[in-house]
Amino acid sequence: MPLDNIVFWVFAPISVASAIGMVVMRNAVHAALFLVVNFFTIAVMYLLLDAPFLFAVQIIVYTGAIMVLFLFVVMLLGVDRGEPKHEPLIGQRAIAVILAVGIITEIGVAVRAGIGFATRAPEGFDVVNKGGNAQALAEVLFRDYFFPFEVTSILLIIAAIAAMVLAQRRSRAITQAEMHAHRDDLKTLGSEPPGGADPLHEGAR
Amino acid sequence: MRTPIAYFLVLSAILFALGTTTVLVRRSALRIFMGVELQLNAVNLTLVAFSRMHMELDGQILAFFSMVVAAAEVVVGLAIIVAVFRRTGSIDVDEADVLRG
Amino acid sequence: MIDAIGLVIAIPLLAAAVNGFFGRRLGRWSGWLATLAMATSFVIAAGALLQMLSLPVDERTQVVSVADWITAGAASVSLNLRVDPLSITMVMVVTLVGSLIHLYAIGYMEHDPRPGRFFAYTNLFCAFMLTLVLANDFLLLYLGWEGVGLCSYLLIGFWSDRPEAARAAKKAFITTRVGDVLLMLGLFVMFVHFGSFSFDVVLGSEGSLPVIATSTATAISLLLLGGAVGKSAQLPLHVWLPDAMAGPTPVSALIHAATMVTAGVYLVVRSHVLFEISDVALDVVAIVGLAGALYGGLASIGQYDMKRALAYSTMSQLGFMFLAAGIGLFPLAITLLVAHAFYKALLFLSAGNVMHGLHDEIDVRRLGGLKRDMPWTAALFAAGALSLSGLPPFSGFFTKDSIVELASHDGDVIIFVLGSIAAMISAWYIMRPFFQAFIGKQRYEGKAHEASWLMRAPLLVLAAGGLFIGLSLAFTPEGRLATFLEPVLGPVVEGDAGPSTQVLIAIAIALTLLGFWIAWWLYGPSKTEQWISFPEREPGMAGALGHGFYIDDLYAWVVSNVGLRGAAFLAWFDRTVIDGAVNGVGHLGRWASGLAPIWQSGRVRRYALSFLAGGVALLLYAVVRI
Repeated sequence: MPLDNIVFWVFAPISVASAIGMVVMRNAVHAALFLVVNFFTIAVMYLLLDAPFLFAVQIIVYTGAIMVLFLFVVMLLGVDRGEPKHEPLIGQRAIAVILAVGIITEIGVAVRAGIGFATRAPEGFDVVNKGGNAQALAEVLFRDYFFPFEVTSILLIIAAIAAMVLAQRRSRAITQAEMHAHRDDLKTLGSEPPGGADPLHEGAR
Repeated sequence: MRTPIAYFLVLSAILFALGTTTVLVRRSALRIFMGVELQLNAVNLTLVAFSRMHMELDGQILAFFSMVVAAAEVVVGLAIIVAVFRRTGSIDVDEADVLRG
Repeated sequence: MIDAIGLVIAIPLLAAAVNGFFGRRLGRWSGWLATLAMATSFVIAAGALLQMLSLPVDERTQVVSVADWITAGAASVSLNLRVDPLSITMVMVVTLVGSLIHLYAIGYMEHDPRPGRFFAYTNLFCAFMLTLVLANDFLLLYLGWEGVGLCSYLLIGFWSDRPEAARAAKKAFITTRVGDVLLMLGLFVMFVHFGSFSFDVVLGSEGSLPVIATSTATAISLLLLGGAVGKSAQLPLHVWLPDAMAGPTPVSALIHAATMVTAGVYLVVRSHVLFEISDVALDVVAIVGLAGALYGGLASIGQYDMKRALAYSTMSQLGFMFLAAGIGLFPLAITLLVAHAFYKALLFLSAGNVMHGLHDEIDVRRLGGLKRDMPWTAALFAAGALSLSGLPPFSGFFTKDSIVELASHDGDVIIFVLGSIAAMISAWYIMRPFFQAFIGKQRYEGKAHEASWLMRAPLLVLAAGGLFIGLSLAFTPEGRLATFLEPVLGPVVEGDAGPSTQVLIAIAIALTLLGFWIAWWLYGPSKTEQWISFPEREPGMAGALGHGFYIDDLYAWVVSNVGLRGAAFLAWFDRTVIDGAVNGVGHLGRWASGLAPIWQSGRVRRYALSFLAGGVALLLYAVVRI
């Protein structure tokens, strides 16, 4: 059994199991931790698929930054106590599970009809990854995808500013009239989570 | 590489379905958000798998952009959740039903 | 100027728009604007005519493309105008007579509070009529046709505060609508057969005949004739015409002389190719025309209302036009149309002068001796009457009587005899109101005031035209207008059966004089008591003539009995079945919309679930398709 096969069969079950854990855990912190595991296994899959750069980015961005941010907000809002078991929407869970199984089945059929379960990727990806994956990616990114790349930088700035605006104590999204009407509400609500907004700006970066 | 590409695709389908299930059955906006992240990652995995299969780097580039956008989305999304929590004191999406017809 | 022919339509249309929107502000000037617009159109049309006359005969048919109008699949209709001898003749008549009537109307409508509206309508009316005659395909012709119908409704009912005007407008609209439906059906059959409305396809071009079976040609021709009969007020759809007199007199002149009623004749003449392919249709045209000529003449005799008498006389004259078309003398039909436009406008406007001078009094029993107070009007009316009757050298002789004469040369004895009788009656019926209203003792109160110069000047032009246009256009049977129209309508073929031309002319003159004599004998100055008391002595005959042989009453009876019962059934059907269905749909919608808010629960997760279900269904479709 080739090494990559072994790696796949070790990490794929972990990936599925951690995802299931993420779904069923009642505690939000636990769920977030399972998600970290899951993201890590996906990073391993990237490695198997000859994408070492994305492997690194996945670990840094997802398992590092994003999940930390998640955990931060979970702690911040104090909602790690879990949610009630009771499901108010009739049949929601059953239908959700049925649809999820439907998706898996449909994609499975489509994959089988499309490329088949025996098709392997051609060898020699290192030709594509000439000079190393990061260098090859950079070449494509800064030549063919330069404009979208620059646009994403604007997107990130917008996102950072949006987060600032949204998380501000006296939200600008509320009109003066509303502010006037709900001044008292805002005071009480705004002061409830003490010093909550500031760390978010750090996380946006 | 000996692992068939289809395995990755099926794995990604399973992860996507699990992410979807999270979105549908969880009531906490945070948990729903985690489900969305899982869905995004599943799709990224597909992209990278196809990139490998077609011997092209464009799939990886797309996955890369997807991560960037996801990061931005997480920032804004979490900020919204925080703002909603400030206003209503809850992040249960079932309670945010003011758009009822 | 031929290329600018679109302006002939556009200018009156623009003037109509200006008068329609700013008529209140323009006040009295709206009439001048309308007249100016018509006169400009006339000048452009005259320029086009001159340009056409300078062209060789076989290049005189030109198509001016304005725009693409409708493009639907393979069928496309371009907005093309056709300038050929026939259409330019019609345009000249419409614009010249129209201009004169507009000029007259300035004086006639000076006391009306809404001249802007009136002139907007009349301009629009002329614009639609010009569209009708300039169209290069039947669809555009139909547009003009319906536009004319609409404007006639608006104008007949112009004095909408008078119930009889509103009724007459409705009657005109509905009656012509019967014909319009037939015309529309004709166009449908035409389109099914030819796949086109274009004259070039339907009527053939460059002397080639259209490819069509005789039966189909008969069907199309008869349906077109149905439309023409409605518009031209021939039997049996003539009932709207006498009532149309409820409108202002210039409108009557416009409808009866320059526009509207001539549209039917124009349609038949324009589609003469189809009619000629089908002999049956042509015979029907001749029969309709002959019947109309006789019926209109007899009914005219029985009218005491001068305008109604003139209306029936229009019907009779149009009958002659149809008769000419029916025996294949299309150029003569157009010649009569042109001459008739002049003298009938003249007659109506003279009657309008009488009304204007005598506070809308138009009943000949309460007129009489008007020539003392209104010498001009009397002379003008006499000129019109002379033009209409068949006395040489005036128009009627060269137009109307030459039709009868050529019929005789073709060996159509029946048409000759009946046509001659109709011609004699026309001399009779047109002199009758003249003798009754203008000669003899005064039977009206006070003093009639003569019309102003503004209202006399156009009539003088019309009188000159009416008296002598026949002479100039048709001195010989191969006369100048007929020759001019030859590229479109083909030559006039003259047979040599029956008596010689000299004999026929003598007969025609003798019959006309007989008509004059009958009129004098019955309605002369010394016979006033007798003709006024005629209905008491002969109620049956007077009633039949006066009521147009009760055709109107027959329709009324049919409509009020058969029609109303059918309508009652339909009303029931409408209430229960159709309304039931419609309301059912409404209730269904309300019930369904009551269900929708359940879905719109405000639960985001439910929305997500619906969203996902849709996605899964789509994916399922894609997978199954593989």
